[in-house]
Amino acid sequence: MRTTGWLPARIAAVRPTTSHARVLTLDVAGWPGNDPGQHLDIRLTAEDGYQAERSYSIASSGPGERVELAVDTVPDGEVSPYLVQAAEVGDMLEVKGPLGAYFVWHETDTDPVQLIAGGSGIVPLLAMARAHDRSASTAPFRLLYSVRTPGDALYRDEILGLSQRSLDLTWAYTREAPEGWAEPVGRLTADRVAAATWPPSQRPLTFICGPTRFVEAAADAMVAAGHDPARVRTERFGG
Amino acid sequence: MAQFTRGFGSRRRDADPDLPPGQYLTTDFPVLSAGPTPRIPLTEWSFSIRTETGETARWSWDEFTALPSEEVSTDIHCVTRWSKLGTSWRGVALDTLFEDVETSFDFVMAHSYGGYTTNVPLEDLLDGKAWVAYEFDGEPLDPEHGGPARLLVPHLYFWKSAKWVRGLVMQQHDDPGFWEQNGYHLRGDPWLEERYW
Ligand SMILES: Cc1cc2nc3c(=O)[nH]c(=O)nc-3n(C[C@H](O)[C@H](O)[C@H](O)COP(=O)(O)OP(=O)(O)OC[C@H]3O[C@@H](n4cnc5c(N)ncnc54)[C@H](O)[C@@H]3O)c2cc1C
Repeated sequence: MRTTGWLPARIAAVRPTTSHARVLTLDVAGWPGNDPGQHLDIRLTAEDGYQAERSYSIASSGPGERVELAVDTVPDGEVSPYLVQAAEVGDMLEVKGPLGAYFVWHETDTDPVQLIAGGSGIVPLLAMARAHDRSASTAPFRLLYSVRTPGDALYRDEILGLSQRSLDLTWAYTREAPEGWAEPVGRLTADRVAAATWPPSQRPLTFICGPTRFVEAAADAMVAAGHDPARVRTERFGG
Repeated sequence: MAQFTRGFGSRRRDADPDLPPGQYLTTDFPVLSAGPTPRIPLTEWSFSIRTETGETARWSWDEFTALPSEEVSTDIHCVTRWSKLGTSWRGVALDTLFEDVETSFDFVMAHSYGGYTTNVPLEDLLDGKAWVAYEFDGEPLDPEHGGPARLLVPHLYFWKSAKWVRGLVMQQHDDPGFWEQNGYHLRGDPWLEERYW
């Protein structure tokens, strides 16, 4: 898995996944394939040569020259509003990757997996859940997904589908829950994390991804519950 | 030639000559690490340097903080593209720590509480280039930023500035540390954009 230089990428499809986030499919000639959980860098170049680079997790995995990303709008951001609102099918950009060999799940690993996502942090974890779903892996998979409101969940329908087959799913809502929701609404507490995740006795491999504050709190909660810190992997999106 | 991206560029950030290529300025202090934050009581903390003979110089917290320290004002650059300008630290220069260390090896592996490692050439640590820092902005360093003490090697990407550092081991070869085995460049100069393999 050696990083190549920048590869031209053509936007092949765009579709909204929430009112402020979008799934982008890219055609990348020469893409070497990627493991579930890896990310790539994108580079945008304005007409006058001005450039910006950002990292995005890859929602897809495996061989092939199609790559799926999902981008959530950071309202005062430079790149994400462009990708979510302005970019169209046929537009060109550049990508470099795949990147990262640590925040990845291998389907040969039979240990239970705990996924914990906040907001757009679902993207690399969805790549893992998808890979698990289509593999013969018997590893039990569990997802705790924290979002502000039901409408803020990226890939909501697909995740519900996975939860019918191969994924034990718990939602956490920080601002507004669906009607009749019995659980508390608000930031995740250590108790709620412990209740919605595998117990330490199962020795899960845990992947946590999302905004920095969220990741920090969830990782602390897992360690406080008695999980081995060496089995808790984190990826922070900043913010 | 780079590929133009139709319609991009309306919200551009101003380029800043103090920023290495591909970096943007941040005013908060993002936290990035591979796992949860270890919390090490000062009574249990120690810092050591081990050479090829197995000889080990070791400092307890009290011994360490009694060493001559320096105030450092510097810019820092994270490989995930944020940079922070004019940060203030207090720490012990690696020159001070290496004063009585005899070694013919040219490379260092930094080891952290929590198991993190990162490799650095010795010449990137000496001559006023690096510190083991224990204060940020005049306050004890927060655990989430690497407290009680972290390596500070500001001229390299910040993953080299190992948080929760507990010791340095001299090595003959520039063997890769944790991120270096997982896709990041062996040296990590931000001005050369040495981000990945
Ligand atoms: C490994 C990794 C994977 C990621 N994966 C995803 C993903 O799958 N999906 C996703 O949506 N995001 C992901 N991110 C986050 C993504 O890389 C971007 O950070 C995000 O899209 C915001 O970029 P932006 O250009 O819109 O915002 P930026 O322009 O970078 O702004 C971000 C914040 O910084 C502030 N800011 C930045 N520059 C300035 C300045 N000069 N002056 C004032 N304020 C400034 C802005 O106000 C804003 O609040 C990932 C990040 C990492 C590190």
